[in-house]
Amino acid sequence: MLPLSGERINAKGIISEKLDSIDTLRGSSTLKRGFAHMQKNGVVMDVTNVEQALIAQEAGAVSVMVLDKLPSEVRKAGGVARTASIKIIEEIMDSVTIPVMAKCRIGHVHEALVLQETDVDMIDESEVLTPADELRHIWKWDLTTPVVNGARSLAEALRRVEEGASMIRTKGEPGTGNVAEAITHIKKVNDELRTIKSIYDSGDNQDLVRIAREFKVSYDIVEQTAKLGRLPVVNFAAGGIATPADAAYLMSLGCDGIFVGSGIFSADDAQERANAIVLATTFWNESDKVKEAQKMIDERQSIHGLDVKTLELRMQDRGGSA
Amino acid sequence: MSLNFGVLSIQGDVLENIFSVKAAIDALDIDGTVVGVRTPDEISKVDGLVIPGGESTTIGQLSMVNGSLTVLKDKIEQGMPVLGICAGMIMLSKTVQDKVVGKINQPLLDILDIKLERNSFGRQRESFESDISLNSIGIPSFNGVFIRAPSISDVGSDVEILSKFNEKIIAVKKNNIIGVAFHPELTSDISLHKYFVNLTNTLKN
Repeated sequence: MLPLSGERINAKGIISEKLDSIDTLRGSSTLKRGFAHMQKNGVVMDVTNVEQALIAQEAGAVSVMVLDKLPSEVRKAGGVARTASIKIIEEIMDSVTIPVMAKCRIGHVHEALVLQETDVDMIDESEVLTPADELRHIWKWDLTTPVVNGARSLAEALRRVEEGASMIRTKGEPGTGNVAEAITHIKKVNDELRTIKSIYDSGDNQDLVRIAREFKVSYDIVEQTAKLGRLPVVNFAAGGIATPADAAYLMSLGCDGIFVGSGIFSADDAQERANAIVLATTFWNESDKVKEAQKMIDERQSIHGLDVKTLELRMQDRGGSA
Repeated sequence: MSLNFGVLSIQGDVLENIFSVKAAIDALDIDGTVVGVRTPDEISKVDGLVIPGGESTTIGQLSMVNGSLTVLKDKIEQGMPVLGICAGMIMLSKTVQDKVVGKINQPLLDILDIKLERNSFGRQRESFESDISLNSIGIPSFNGVFIRAPSISDVGSDVEILSKFNEKIIAVKKNNIIGVAFHPELTSDISLHKYFVNLTNTLKN
């Protein structure tokens, strides 16, 4: 059984049809959230071409995320970052057996529709790309393909779930090789979940409705989340993960899995690092295995990290207030 | 005697299966426990095992890395009841084809003689729910949740077909081994997990 809190059973993205005379349903919350459940305890790797996608699959990645440029390069290049070339996405889809995800700009409904039509397995409405609409995220209930969104707080996460996100990734600061922001945000979400759970357990509905108003979400989604004591959708960590130890630490904080952006394919030892990060994510609570994984990489070949305080562009802020 | 159930916890929807097995144990009023198992040592202690849904390439490669793949194969061949769900059914098979990529090499348990196709119904947008039936094991109606599901086109002579969707085989059984292409753990219906718990109980006692 998986939590269906906030589910909209009449959503446009749900399609009832006959498959050779048998009634079927596509795009339901069970199927969209269920897809994310199959990713649990896994690593999703950012890739820019077929070669990288094959390395990711070989290493044991649960999915690949296709971008035009890795987040660290997006940061360097500046300008407007858009969804990846459809040709490259299709080439990768024809080459690997694991799911293929791709990013669209925040609020860009038609980039999402193009990705859905391309048949990617999940769409990431991502702050790594330049937002198309700072005030409005995509109404994801209209899509049959599931969507993952970033969040820095429980409020942001629940706003995205209310819009139809089937999965959340707590944001870090992408393309920095600096895991500090990812750690801060997962801890914040955990703290907030503990808080609303204890309010729920105390039976103080008056305080829950105050929180719903502060979060700018419905009372129902707050109450259901508080009752569960966790997000109603799968929650991965993302942003700045560069080493196996980074991955293991985030898993220990209760994440369901991790996204690695620039950390692998910006490093000079990408193949070993891909293997090592998967190993550390799977066996995060066996310290001998995490050490073994960390030994597989060479710190001198890690992505050059950036101090988040001095950044001109903070991707994590994008779409955060909406 | 108390039964120890395990859910292989390398990758995938482990917790959902732990809940379903637990609910089945309680509903049948059987003396038993269920935990996630990952190391060869943990696996060696269980009486019945669920291999959950997830990514079969990930589950295969990581269970090879920590040595659990060989222990699993030995135990299943010695008669331990196993329920393989989606990726779990892929793991049980001898050979695998992908609908788009074709022949693929991935670590498998190499036990069930079935002709299996991965991603057989298409990609995630084609994932679907539909009513199915497993009449031969007393489950006339079940909500089948198919997520990038595999299917089977042909089975060896000793493999029993439990269910079909159109012409595609979606559930099989061979003695102590059950494989299903859909996800019973994502629904509130525990009848298939109950069947598996009962099977383990019968074979063990």
